[in-house]
Amino acid sequence: MTPTDRHLDATFTALADPTRRAILARLASGEASVTELARPFAMSQPAISKHLKVLERAGLISRGRDAQRRPCRLKAAPLADAAGWLEEYRRFWEGRFQRLDALLDEMKTAGKKAGARKIRGKDR
Amino acid sequence: MKQSGALKITAQGEREIVMTRGFEAPRNLVFDAFTKPELLKRWLLGPDGWTMPVCEVDLKVGGAYRFVWRGPDGMEMGVRGLYREVAPPDRLVHTEKFDQAWYPGEAVITTVLAEQDGRTTLTATILYESREARDTVLKSPMESGVAASYNRLAALLASAG
Repeated sequence: MTPTDRHLDATFTALADPTRRAILARLASGEASVTELARPFAMSQPAISKHLKVLERAGLISRGRDAQRRPCRLKAAPLADAAGWLEEYRRFWEGRFQRLDALLDEMKTAGKKAGARKIRGKDR
Repeated sequence: MKQSGALKITAQGEREIVMTRGFEAPRNLVFDAFTKPELLKRWLLGPDGWTMPVCEVDLKVGGAYRFVWRGPDGMEMGVRGLYREVAPPDRLVHTEKFDQAWYPGEAVITTVLAEQDGRTTLTATILYESREARDTVLKSPMESGVAASYNRLAALLASAG
């Protein structure tokens, strides 16, 4: 596993949890302390700190050195990498499958018409 | 616009990409659309403006397929492979290797079609030779692969001029 792989794995793991995604969303509007971040969740501060550790390890947030507040800040670059990945690939294939949807509709209609002709005895 | 099962693409394990998609059609039609040249040419296209001048399918175990797409400037992208399993209407396994080798090595694609109430769920698992190959695909999808080919051609023309 290359360092890049480990980095992306950590990013995806970090994003896989709804609480962590909510934390990132909150930090998008500005830095916050652990206390402030814990407030919307029915969760203890140690529990929130666990989530923050995962986010920090993934390089998605940085935590200030101020012992009292230790404000957390969002680091945007790793998120941009992770988001770019699958989306382009998915868009390309979705275009193809939408054309396939239209083709399958045609095929179903053609099949029904052929069936109707048989019933009316028009096929030899 | 009717609902189709939304396209899901996920990286799986070290070397795989899995695509799932629902279709409002029985699976024999979906299988045909994946294996008959006259049907493939209708949907397995590249970005806008690209055609598919070559679409050959020898649908049997050990049989070969060959697809070539051509862009507006005459730029071409080709792929070929062999069929390993052919079991209509539910299973198709084939290899894939692009002429331009925009990912290293060869991939093996397993396509499974499951049908319920006239709807088909397609699950395609693409197994790459290495993690690097799989990750290259995710980071540089078809359009980028094509763009990379264009860049190479442009560089070649610039050096020849």
